[in-house]
Amino acid sequence: MEIVCPAGTPASLRAAVKAGAHTIYCGFADETNARNFPGLNFDRAEMRDGIAFAHRHGAKVLIAINTFPRAGAEAIWHSAISDAATLEADAVILADLGLLDHAAQKHPGLRRHLSVQAAAANADMINFYAATFGVKRVVLPRVLSVPEIAAINAETKVETEVFVFGGLCVMAEGRCSLSSYATGKSPNMYGVCSPPSHVDYREEAGELKARLGGYLIHSAAKGEPAPYPTLCKGCFTAGDQSGYLFEDPVSLNAEQLIPQLQKAGVTALKIEGRQRSASYVAQVVQNFRAAVDALAAGRPMPAGLLARLSEGQASTTGAYKKTWR
Amino acid sequence: MKLTVGPNQFFWKADAWAAFYDGVAKAPVDHVSLGEMVCSKRMPFYQDRIADALAVLQAAGKTVALSSLALVTLKRERKMTAELAEMGVEIEVNDLTALAHLPAGTPFSVGPLVNVYNESTLRWLAGRGAVRLCLPPELPLDPIATLAATARELGVEIEVWGYGRVPLAISGRCYHARLHARPKDNCQFACEDDPDGLSIATREGQPFLAMNGVQTLADSYACMALQADALAQAGVTTLRLSPHTGDFGQVCLLFRDLLDGRIAGAEVAAALTAQTPRPRLSDGFVRGARGADWSGAVVA
Repeated sequence: MEIVCPAGTPASLRAAVKAGAHTIYCGFADETNARNFPGLNFDRAEMRDGIAFAHRHGAKVLIAINTFPRAGAEAIWHSAISDAATLEADAVILADLGLLDHAAQKHPGLRRHLSVQAAAANADMINFYAATFGVKRVVLPRVLSVPEIAAINAETKVETEVFVFGGLCVMAEGRCSLSSYATGKSPNMYGVCSPPSHVDYREEAGELKARLGGYLIHSAAKGEPAPYPTLCKGCFTAGDQSGYLFEDPVSLNAEQLIPQLQKAGVTALKIEGRQRSASYVAQVVQNFRAAVDALAAGRPMPAGLLARLSEGQASTTGAYKKTWR
Repeated sequence: MKLTVGPNQFFWKADAWAAFYDGVAKAPVDHVSLGEMVCSKRMPFYQDRIADALAVLQAAGKTVALSSLALVTLKRERKMTAELAEMGVEIEVNDLTALAHLPAGTPFSVGPLVNVYNESTLRWLAGRGAVRLCLPPELPLDPIATLAATARELGVEIEVWGYGRVPLAISGRCYHARLHARPKDNCQFACEDDPDGLSIATREGQPFLAMNGVQTLADSYACMALQADALAQAGVTTLRLSPHTGDFGQVCLLFRDLLDGRIAGAEVAAALTAQTPRPRLSDGFVRGARGADWSGAVVA
């Protein structure tokens, strides 16, 4: 199976390629990609060099242009696509209908992948995107169980790519405005979720309180871990109950499900984390590469190597196991 | 401007559901979209009342549409969505699965949960047959105006979320079931006691969000009472009112009076906040720094 690895910087791209990633995904340094953080992503020259480096080492580069173009400013997104074609990216990852149509019409030779931000969660919708826009691969939303993924693969020729490690969206991706409700900045329009610019940490009564846009997301007693205040992993109250009503502060680790995902017909395993360091990326890639190589050679899977890299030490297999719902 | 009543987002008993649409038939609204947008498990409880509701609304001169589900994953949901396309009634597409089943050129509506952020997407949907489109609730006024101008060229009606708890997210996980420590497949309809959603507050008691099964909404009710003039100037043709318990007939009347210039926006806001249950209002997505803001908050 193909390991698809994030790169937020040229250094991460090179580290991931050297660590054995088959494919790298990255974005331009602007609002066209869903990880639009300061100091991250690639200018055009860096992208050209990164793609050349990857290609020399037999790896592919996918460019994520997966936010929804702003009305009146679509030219920014159109130039991202034409530059991706000129720089010989192996594919673009898109979510917006208008942008998919534009790419299919103007750059038919540029391979198109459907971003997780399009939340295509069943075979009818995936086949519709394939028939209408020539989409060759879909990144599946993190709402599906492994048997459901197998059922989708049985009904489509479109390749499927699934997240196996890193941050976990609890909501269907591309369909969540929680962040803009609290901060004005949304993943769909600005490529950010729960942005650091709106985070406030304050020590009050011996606790570290983390607020986002003025809303208390969680508080940690001295010595307790204080995870980043991502909105959907906050501690809230409803009725007479308090707790992590949406999701605990966990991250996804589906390492042990790789054999089942292969049986389910999955083409590519995706690692989240373009905001992560080069050394983190390299370690995760090495582990996953070792796992898929072991699987291909019929050797037992190496166990639990990645646990210590998980956010806040706790991990989940998410929706892949039906009980998560 | 015209008024649309969007699909009920919550789980209501069949009798309450049917009575609601009897009321809407008498209300001064133009278009009604109904059916299940949030959870396919709720559908069997009122499915056999839908035909009557459609007939009553049409007899009262309203145009009608049937809403598709916002997130389609199960076989049963795919079948439901495919069958919608065969009902002979206009479909409100809330997930592209529904579009996959509509022959190109069939007129349809686009609901607020389809991502329409720019002119190209709007043009593409109009080319497929879209005649009415409710914009995503998080869109600010400037892009609304740009899209409304394009829509006018294309002859597409543009709606903005005018009143009601704003849908913010949809998930594979049911939060009501999780709260009651039940698996989703055996949820025992944990959402049935919260006909307007269950409010979620921060640990400091600040009202924030609301849960509704697999859906997450704002705790506040979006209210365009103070933005109606700006939206009309921007070229918006229609406000969407989202069903809630309480006196929904009064909600419709207030907005009709506002759009006809009979009362002021501030009066509408005051009357809405005097209703039971008493809503907190917001209009920040359209005009503020963030969705939760309310432009009326500073009025003395």
